[in-house]
Amino acid sequence: MEKINVRKRILSANERYALKNSELLAQRKQLCLNMISSPGSGKTTLLARTCSELNTEIRIGVVEGDIQTDIDAERIRATNAPAVQINTDGACHLSAAQVSSALDQLPLDDLDMIFIENVGNLVCPGAFELGEHGKIVVLSVAEGDDKPIKYPGIFAKSMVLLVSKIDLLDGGHVDFDLDRVKTDARRLNKGVEIIPVSAKTGEGMAQWYDWLREKTRQTRA
Amino acid sequence: MHETVVAQSLVEAISAEADKCGAKPISAKMSCGELNGVNDEVLSFAFEALAKGTPCEGMVLRIEHKPLQAKCHACGCTFAVELSDARCSHCHSEDFELLPDAPLVLEEIEFDKE
Repeated sequence: MEKINVRKRILSANERYALKNSELLAQRKQLCLNMISSPGSGKTTLLARTCSELNTEIRIGVVEGDIQTDIDAERIRATNAPAVQINTDGACHLSAAQVSSALDQLPLDDLDMIFIENVGNLVCPGAFELGEHGKIVVLSVAEGDDKPIKYPGIFAKSMVLLVSKIDLLDGGHVDFDLDRVKTDARRLNKGVEIIPVSAKTGEGMAQWYDWLREKTRQTRA
Repeated sequence: MHETVVAQSLVEAISAEADKCGAKPISAKMSCGELNGVNDEVLSFAFEALAKGTPCEGMVLRIEHKPLQAKCHACGCTFAVELSDARCSHCHSEDFELLPDAPLVLEEIEFDKE
């Protein structure tokens, strides 16, 4: 019997592409945010509204990840923002190699920042670095206020927590304790910025835009 | 479900090492942090399935979990944090920050070799 020490990072192939993406973005001074949530939390609606309302000041491009269809990319393109759709054919997360080829297809010279909308899943996408500056986790109030403690990984790793569909809180359509979510998320992640929003009514969107403007400005500087 | 990607990378890395030393791998040890979302049962199943027809067929995969570490802002100590009861193991303060989670690492391989 012979034992050898390997000490090799298992996801090194993905990490190589992630590094390539982050170097490209750093060189171009373009902010890139990786948006992660369960399916149906409203990521695309949030992004479409963000693209529409900010398009005169921040030029946004979007990489869309889904198992099938280009429905999401079409919704983004309808706002006049460029979008590239990746279909993972069953895979539960985007890989850095897929994002690398999607970035090649975006008109990067005409953009200030890029959103990556990951495949809807609160677990797997958190394990694959894509070369982004940070992760944005989206949690809709309909999913329940226990998600930060049930899925701690993604809440611990994210720069921003967008609590979405807060219009549903009016009229008591869902039981959701926003204070509990804030406490649980901050216990996992001291610095996380928590912004409750409704892409339907527009509530909270101004605060999200302010955060995004500031982050884009810092990256452009 | 991303365990299949992890399993495939393991099979490739171990097979490459087996080619290099010209011996049959018997077992391997990998380590991972707590936030990787790796489920042992799913990973072992995927590894076994993907190993078929490769030098890794029939080998044993051992998975070591490295506890998530945190630094306490109150007493300054570093401790292994239990997320279901997130407080400092020394002073019980809830004022701490999580340290980076351990990556997925292929640690060692044992070969059947004289």
